[in-house]
Amino acid sequence: MRVIGAADDELTIFERSSPGRRAFVAPALDVPERPLDALLPETLRRNQPPRLPEVSEPEIVRHFNRLSKRNFDLDTGFYPLGSCTMKHNPKVHERIAALPGHSKLHPLQDPRYAQGALELMWRLQEALSEIAGLPHVSLQPSAGSHGELAGVLLTRAFHEDRGERRTKVLTPDTAHGTNPATVTMAGYELVKVGTDARGNIDLDDLRDKASDDVACLMLTNPSTLGLFEPGIEEIERIVHGTGATLYYDGANLNAIMGISRPGDMGFDIVHFNLHKTFTQPHGGGGPGAGPVAVSERIEPYLPRPQVVKRPPGAGNGASGPFYDLDYDRPKSIGRLRGFQGNYGVFVRSYAYIRSLGAAGLHEASQVAVLNANYLLARLRREGVAEYLPAAYDRLCMHEFVLSGAPMKSELQIRTLDLAKRLLDHGVHPPTVYFPLIVEEALLVEPTETETKETLDHFADIVAGVLREAREDPEIARHAPYTTPVRRLDEAAAARHPVVRQPL
Amino acid sequence: MTTYTSVTDSDRNEMLRAIGVESIEDLFADIPAALRLNRPLALDDGLAEQEVFEELRALAARNVSTDDELSFVGAGMYDHYIPALVDSIILRSEFLTPYTPYQPEISQGGLQAMFEYQTAISELTALPVSNASVYEGPSAVAAAGYVAKLTNGRRRFVVSRAVHPHSREALGTLAHAWGMELAEAPLVDGVTDLPALDQDVSAVVVQQPNFLGAVEDLAALAEPARQAGALTICACDPLPLALLRPPGECGVDIAVGEGQTLGNRLDFGGPSFGFFAATEALMRQMPGRIAGETRDLDGKRGFVLTLQTREQHIRREKATSNICTAQALNALAGVIYLSWLGRRGIVELAELMLQRTAYARQRVSEIPGVRLHNEQPVVREFALRLDAPVDRVIARCREEGLNPGYALARDYPELKDGLLVAITERRTRADIDRLADVLANAVAGERQPAEACA
Repeated sequence: MRVIGAADDELTIFERSSPGRRAFVAPALDVPERPLDALLPETLRRNQPPRLPEVSEPEIVRHFNRLSKRNFDLDTGFYPLGSCTMKHNPKVHERIAALPGHSKLHPLQDPRYAQGALELMWRLQEALSEIAGLPHVSLQPSAGSHGELAGVLLTRAFHEDRGERRTKVLTPDTAHGTNPATVTMAGYELVKVGTDARGNIDLDDLRDKASDDVACLMLTNPSTLGLFEPGIEEIERIVHGTGATLYYDGANLNAIMGISRPGDMGFDIVHFNLHKTFTQPHGGGGPGAGPVAVSERIEPYLPRPQVVKRPPGAGNGASGPFYDLDYDRPKSIGRLRGFQGNYGVFVRSYAYIRSLGAAGLHEASQVAVLNANYLLARLRREGVAEYLPAAYDRLCMHEFVLSGAPMKSELQIRTLDLAKRLLDHGVHPPTVYFPLIVEEALLVEPTETETKETLDHFADIVAGVLREAREDPEIARHAPYTTPVRRLDEAAAARHPVVRQPL
Repeated sequence: MTTYTSVTDSDRNEMLRAIGVESIEDLFADIPAALRLNRPLALDDGLAEQEVFEELRALAARNVSTDDELSFVGAGMYDHYIPALVDSIILRSEFLTPYTPYQPEISQGGLQAMFEYQTAISELTALPVSNASVYEGPSAVAAAGYVAKLTNGRRRFVVSRAVHPHSREALGTLAHAWGMELAEAPLVDGVTDLPALDQDVSAVVVQQPNFLGAVEDLAALAEPARQAGALTICACDPLPLALLRPPGECGVDIAVGEGQTLGNRLDFGGPSFGFFAATEALMRQMPGRIAGETRDLDGKRGFVLTLQTREQHIRREKATSNICTAQALNALAGVIYLSWLGRRGIVELAELMLQRTAYARQRVSEIPGVRLHNEQPVVREFALRLDAPVDRVIARCREEGLNPGYALARDYPELKDGLLVAITERRTRADIDRLADVLANAVAGERQPAEACA
């Protein structure tokens, strides 16, 4: 099957299929063969096999290798995608995670035969607990949004256990989309809190909206604007004053490791994005993991099972401590998923924490903030601020927001055009059009693993694109030019969805 | 300690000067003094790369993997062979290290792979729309429940007792928050016996093959659901779908499942991926990323993330799910694996499992003190009842380096004599014969404890 208009490089694996070709060869049938009808009645069987591609191994390898070359990736170039913390992924992590003792361990292995894995999980829990400043951790949630869901369900269980029915959850208008989506999915009504002129949460608005029917405030700190909430102590007093819980979205934890702790700020529940802060290869959109850390009063509700360390002896016959899965948690919200969580992710993040230690994590956060502020200063020095001013004119934390509003009005190019033109310069654009409250927003997060030279180069590129747009805005408006495809018609894709290949 | 930063002293000074501050500490001025940690985190000192490797290797060595024992444990994740080309491809930086393809012009590789993955899942399930992945199996069942809630707003799920216990619990965790309840459909002879359904039923949730290994008559379960105006959600094991009548041909509205068996490691439970496929009618209620085909400015075919108005970053509190990061790399492994199996290979693999499973079931059922839980057709897994304490039988087998299966007692109090045995292509006839011998001895030993002790 060949498609007109597609070069050989762009064929799908299904279009490469030719009847009779194969890669897999089954191991020999070494048991007495019984008639299919005797094992599986015809009424339960499918009429024709699924039309998977028929391709040889060399063709599969070549196909996916070619596809890979149509991707931009962090190992190749700068990836300042705000709120995603695209820091270097250490190569040793893949070697460690592939060890059969980790990778071929069945999730239902008896804990007595999985002591290494359970001890690793317990140690990771302890480390995350110390970093968050909260005493208890569940590793179970599968990603940040799953951790958020866990957090709001924990809040619900906490209030219900006290006989309270609260119906609303507050989030700032700067929140990640996952926050409001989580609120709805967890059965609450969303109430938005405004942002003041300096980019902080509007404390008066918060006071107005913090009522007895509020279950929780979900807060990202530093915020999605890359700014630390200087009024966090007052926020804590207001929220706790109503009896609500305070939830920390850990998306931006990379700014403050070893510097300040959510638990010390008064947060009851924190989720971590292990794939961001504790460096997991992002895989083109996962996997990740979203553990939660909680205070004493939330602990009874943590998901089941919980990894625990039991004292020696205690009926388990172990001479040393025994790491176990505790299912006996009567007030638990229950499971959020199968088994114990994304263990392969835990291995890598634990390796990262062991590699850096306390001093290294502290340094990582310091440099993340240094790099962001330097890049912001460097962009200003290049005259970029005239068209792309910082949305809030103050020091930032690990990321910052620029507004493309002047660029749009004076150069007639939008943030989208700038982003697309950056593609021609071999860098990944920042996050665009988020946070929503900043017009033509660009959210830039360089991370700590980039060199000063890379930041300088990026600033030069942005300045160059603006200079070019002053001469001829059409260039940016039709960019990119050097990528495997040019601008794609997303509206058509949504209007007439083709989401699988017709065969 | 290891570091992945590269700021030299001279860099730092120059950068601070450019920013216009004296020290790095000045950058943190917004943090109230009382909230500064002002001490090092109480963590062990960092280590060199080789020390980290040795430490985590030592932890790995304290686990008994499927390479270390002859394991017949399945119950949701299975010890399949993963071809070398999967690792070779997914470890490429271009697949391993980018994030979600927000910029499609530089993400065609990942997007096209998603499109191919969706096509393969659509083929397996015979449902027209697949998303690009959700977290894993049981949470996918919960996610399907949310689609049912959004679709018909009814207040009850009817869930087969033979749906994976983790899936039932994950759905229950969320259903509570939605003000919905779970009612259980009991089992008769190992398969689901659906009760009468009323207008309050939002969805019927079943599993194929079910948790006890038995093949369900999906069409017979979906029909009453359809008549009651409820959705049918089916959690499927993807490899047996090579042989079984696919959910889309049985009236199932949403097929989800655990994707680990498609080229992903056991990894003590994750990361793997969940697949999620549905009817056309539910396309705009689906969770997660969906890749779609389109054209670029020059008319060239390309792929984008599509139907994004369902998603949290656009629709926020009105989104059909909160999911953002999913399992793209694991789903990529899935489509590579399915391409490797191919149209004929997937059937051959499933038939091999079918034959070996039948052989194993026959062999062990001949052991005195062992009987089948049910006589239903099975593909890769079956349930036994032992006339001896299951935990002690397992312990005896383990002394022989063999793990005979999963004890059902934790999830099914009525089956405290139950053992669930799984077969993959990695378990040969010789392995199965050994299982029969070791299990026979263990059961015999436990049936006559006095003799065994003497």
